[in-house]
Amino acid sequence: MTKKLIVIGAGMASGRMLEHLIDAAPGAYEITLFNAEPRGNYNRLMLSPVLSGEKTYEEIVTHDAAWYEERGVTCRFGEKVVAIDTEKKVVTGENGALPYDKLVIATGSNPFIIPLPGHDLEGVIPYRDLEDTEAMMALGAGKRAVVIGGGLLGLEAAAGMAARGTEVDVVHIMGHLMERQLDEAAGYLLRKSLVDKGIRIHCKANSKQILSDGNGHVRALQLDDGTELPCDLLVMAVGIRPSTALGKEAGLEVNRGIVVDDHMVTSNPDVLALGECVEHAGAIFGLVAPLYDQAKVLAKTLLGEEARFVQKEVATKLKVTGCDLFSAGDFAEGEGREDIVFRDPARGVYKRLILEGNRLIGAVMYGDTADGAWFHGLIKDASDVEEMRETLIFGPAYQGGAAADPMAAVAALPRDAEICGCNGVCKGQIEDAINAGAGDLGAVRAKTKASASCGTCTGLVEQILGATLGDDFVIPAAQSICGCTDLSHEDVRQLIKSQELKSQEAVWQELGWTTRNGCHVCRPAVNFYLLADWPLDYVDDPQSRFVNERNHANIQKDGTYSVMPRMWGGMTTPQELMAIAQAAEKYGATVKVTGGQRIDLLGVKKEDLPAIWHDLNQAGMVSGHAYTKGLRTVKTCVGSEWCRFGTQDSTGLGIALERRLWGSWTPHKVKLGVSGCPRNCAEATCKDVGIVCVDSGFQIGVAGAAGMDVKETERLVDVRTEEEAIEWTVAFVQLYREHAKYLDRPYKWVAKVGLDWVKETLADAAERQALVERFDISQSVYQKDPWAERAKPEVARRFHPLADLTLEAAE
Amino acid sequence: MSWIDIGHIDDIPLRGARLVKTPVGCVAIFRTAEAEVFAASNACPHKAGPLSEGIVHGQKVTCPLHNWVFDLNTGEAQGADEGRIATFPVRLEGERILLDGVAVGKRSAA
Ligand SMILES: Cc1cc2nc3c(=O)[nH]c(=O)nc-3n(C[C@H](O)[C@H](O)[C@H](O)COP(=O)(O)OP(=O)(O)OC[C@H]3O[C@@H](n4cnc5c(N)ncnc54)[C@H](O)[C@@H]3O)c2cc1C
Ligand code: HEM
Ligand code: SF4
Ligand code: SF4
Ligand code: FES
Repeated sequence: MTKKLIVIGAGMASGRMLEHLIDAAPGAYEITLFNAEPRGNYNRLMLSPVLSGEKTYEEIVTHDAAWYEERGVTCRFGEKVVAIDTEKKVVTGENGALPYDKLVIATGSNPFIIPLPGHDLEGVIPYRDLEDTEAMMALGAGKRAVVIGGGLLGLEAAAGMAARGTEVDVVHIMGHLMERQLDEAAGYLLRKSLVDKGIRIHCKANSKQILSDGNGHVRALQLDDGTELPCDLLVMAVGIRPSTALGKEAGLEVNRGIVVDDHMVTSNPDVLALGECVEHAGAIFGLVAPLYDQAKVLAKTLLGEEARFVQKEVATKLKVTGCDLFSAGDFAEGEGREDIVFRDPARGVYKRLILEGNRLIGAVMYGDTADGAWFHGLIKDASDVEEMRETLIFGPAYQGGAAADPMAAVAALPRDAEICGCNGVCKGQIEDAINAGAGDLGAVRAKTKASASCGTCTGLVEQILGATLGDDFVIPAAQSICGCTDLSHEDVRQLIKSQELKSQEAVWQELGWTTRNGCHVCRPAVNFYLLADWPLDYVDDPQSRFVNERNHANIQKDGTYSVMPRMWGGMTTPQELMAIAQAAEKYGATVKVTGGQRIDLLGVKKEDLPAIWHDLNQAGMVSGHAYTKGLRTVKTCVGSEWCRFGTQDSTGLGIALERRLWGSWTPHKVKLGVSGCPRNCAEATCKDVGIVCVDSGFQIGVAGAAGMDVKETERLVDVRTEEEAIEWTVAFVQLYREHAKYLDRPYKWVAKVGLDWVKETLADAAERQALVERFDISQSVYQKDPWAERAKPEVARRFHPLADLTLEAAE
Repeated sequence: MSWIDIGHIDDIPLRGARLVKTPVGCVAIFRTAEAEVFAASNACPHKAGPLSEGIVHGQKVTCPLHNWVFDLNTGEAQGADEGRIATFPVRLEGERILLDGVAVGKRSAA
C-alpha cells in the first residue's frame, strides 16, 4: 500500500519539494495538500511585479489545477489545518480529519503587526499574499497610502503603489533604508531613486498611533513628533514571524521556528518541516534560495535517501524597476576587515567590497549590479582574491585593467550645473567657449567671465578645460582636500551649492569620494560647508567635529577641559562674578583672565562639564564658544560712556554685535574688536573685523591678524550709523561663511578673493541685505546655547562612561 | 570568553565612541556604522590622547590631540606613525553590545 503524505501549506517551499519528490518517485506517496489560501502554489516573490502592473496573477501561478490533477495530488485549498495529533498520526482540517504516515509542515510565516493603537482598524494590512496585493492595487490614482517599514517588502509595496499613481509615504525607524542589507551610501542612492518616483521617505521616524476616520477605517498615521500622514490604506511591512502555532500545539520542539535537523526532520521522526516556519541550527529564513535547498533535502529524506541541508550566504535584490541594488554576505561587525569603495557619480553607481584577509566576505552595490553574481560566488566559495585585490572592484571583465578617473566627478556634471557663482556661468557655457576656441583659463575668463571675479571656481574651470580638451590641456595640480577626493575645497564648496548637495552621503556619492565617510581632514570641512549653505536642510553632525566643538569645551593637554562663559563685550556683573567664583571653587578649577576679555575656568573633568554648565546657566551665562570655529569674542573699550576721548558707545556696539553673531559657525574662528576712538585701546585693528569709532561714524576694517601672522586690518567701508555698522559686519561675516575654505581665517580668504571683490559685492545694498537675511536664517537654527542643551540629563549621560567593569558585582 | 552586556547600541552615537572603565584601564567602544562596533584602548600611544574623543571614519579613528590615525581592526597606527593600541573582542547581539570580560581583565564568572 502506498504511504500517505500530508503537506500543510502550498507555498513556495513545499511546492518546490513536491516537484522534486514526484519527479524522483511518482506514486511513492498518496499526497494531500492543505492550504489556508484558497489557491495553489504561486510565486510569492512576483507579487510585487503584479502590484506594479508589470505582470498579471495568471503569469505567476507555479502550479495550476491541471498540474495537481496530473500528479494525483488531492488539494484541500481554502482549508486551514487546525490540529495535529502526532500520537494517532491524524491531521484535522476545518472540513475534517485525515490520517498520515508522513507529515510535512510548510506553513511559512506570519507578518508582524506592530500593536500600535489603531492597528485593528479597517485598511491596515500586511504585505504577504494575493489579497493584500489586490487591496493595494485597488487604490490607484488620487488615493494615499502609508507604508511602515523601509525594508525590502515595504519598499516594493511603496514602489508598486506609486507606479499605479497612488501617493505614498514610507515611514522607517532607522537612519537609512534597508539597513540590514545596505550601508548608508547605498541607502542614500536608493532613497534618491525612490524620491524620484514621487515617494516620500521619512527615516528615523517613530510611529505613535493609527488614527480612525470615525467609522472604523484608517484615516492617518501619527508620528511621535505629532506629524500626521493622511492615508486611505496603511501597509505594515516590519518583519515576519515563523508560523509555528500548529507545531507547538502538536508538542514539537519549537524555538523561534519549528526546530529541524539537517534532514529537515522535526523532533518527531514522522513529521518534517521546511520553509520560513523552521529553525535550523539557530537560524530562521526569509528568502527563497535556502528554502529551495531545503526542498531538495526534504524530498530525499522522504524517499529514504541521505541528504543534508547546509546554510549558505544569501544575496538580496530589490524588485523595483530603476532601483538596482545588490547586497551579499557580511558588511558589518568584526575584526580584521578592509573596505574597497568605488563610486561613479555620473552613473549613480556605488560599490563596496569587504575583505577579511585574502577573502571577500561581503559586497554592497547600487546602480550597477551586473557583477553581483560573480562577487556572490567569490564570497560563497571563500576564494582567495589576493592576486586581483587592486582591480577586484571593477569586476571580472576588468581584471588587469582600468583605474578610477580623477576627473569623473566634474565630467559627470550636467551642462546646467553652475560653476561660477559670482557671474552665474554654467558648465555648458564654458564647454561652448572652449569648443569655440578658448584654449586656456585666460581665454575662458575673457569669454564667459567664469572665475573672473573671486576666482574660487578656478579649479573647476580648469577641470572642465581638461575634460573637454583631453590631453591638450594640462590641469595645474590643485591641492585636493585630502586622500579621499581629488577635488579642492573650493571645488567642493561650489558643487555643494550648485548641485544642491544637502547631506554627507550626497557629497560622498555625487562627488565620487573614495572612502566610506571621509576622514578627519575632509569630514569636518564638508560638515561645515553643508550647514553653512543649507542651514534648514542639513543637520549638524557632532561626530564630524573635533573634540572641542563636540564637547563644547577646550580639551587641555592633560585631558581635562576649560570652561569659559560669555561676557558680552567684556562686561560682567557682581552676580556673574560670584557665580563664576562659586563654580570655580565647587569644581576645583583654576581661574585665568584671558586675552579675550573674559574669565577661563581651567582643569574641569569631563564628567563635571554638564554640571558646571548647568550652574553657570542658572546665573544667566551661556557658552563663550572659546573652542569653536565661530564667533569668539568682541573686545571693546569703555568708549563714550566713560572715556573722555570716546566718540561713540563702543561698548554698546560691541555688545550688540556679539549678541547678533554668537553661536554662528564660521570657516575658522572670528574675533571682533570695537574701539571708541583712534587711540584704539581695544586693539581693533588686528581683528577679523575691527571697528574704530570716529566723530563722523564708524570705520570698519576687516582681515586683520594677530597670531603667527600679524597684520593690520584693511578698510572695508566708513558708515555713519550703528545700524549700518552692524549690517556691514553681519554681511561680511556671512560672505566669509559662504565662500571661504574651511580653516582659512578671514585675512587669508580676503587675500585669495581680493578686498576689491569683497567691497564690490557688499556695496550692492540688495546683496548686502540678502546676506544678512541668510545669516539670520542660519542663526534661527544655530543661535542656541550648547551648554543648556548638553546639561539636560539625557544628553549629560553621554559624558559619563558607558559602563564600569572595575566594580565587582555583589556575590 | 565571557561576554558582558555593556549597553545598547544607541547609547553610542553613530561614528562616535563611549568609554568603559575596566580593570585594564579605560576602553573605548567605537560605533563605526549602524551595526558595527569596535573596542580598543582609549589611550593614544603617542601622548595618551583620549581616542574616544577622536573623529571616527571608516573603521579608523583619528586621535584628537595630534591626528595619529589607528585602524580599529588591528590597532595599528597608519601612515608614517608607529605604534599600536590594544583591541578587545566586542560584538553585537541584536541591539546589545557585548564586551569580552576576560580580555579586559575581569575574572570569568564562576
Ligand atoms: C511580496 C513579497 C516579495 C518577496 N520577495 C522576495 C524576493 O525577492 N526574494 C526572496 O528570496 N524572497 C522574497 N520573498 C520571501 C519569499 O516569498 C518567502 O521566503 C517564501 O515565499 C516562503 O516560502 P514558504 O513556503 O516557507 O511560505 P509561504 O510561501 O508563505 O507558504 C506558506 C503557505 O502556508 C499556508 N498556511 C499557513 N498556515 C496554514 C495552516 N494552518 N493550514 C493550511 N495552510 C496554512 C499559507 O496560507 C501559505 O500559503 C518575498 C515575500 C513577499 C511576501
Ligand atoms: C590650541 C591652540 C590654542 C589655544 C588652546 C588657545 C587658547 C586661547 C585662549 C583660551 C584665549 C582667550 C580667548 C578668549 O577669551 O576667548 C586665547 C586668546 C587669543 N589667542 Fe589663542 N589659542 C590657541 C591658538 C591660537 C592661535 C593659532 C592663534 C593665532 C592665529 C591665537 C591667537 C590668539 C589671540 C590673538 C588671542 C587674544 C585675543 C584678544 O586679545 O582678543 N591662538 N587663546
Ligand atoms: S579707544 Fe579711545 S575711547 Fe576707547 S578707551 Fe581708548 S581712548 Fe577711550
Ligand atoms: S600662546 Fe601658545 S601656549 Fe599660549 S595659549 Fe596660545 S597656543 Fe597655548
Ligand atoms: S596623543 Fe594621540 S596623536 Fe598625540
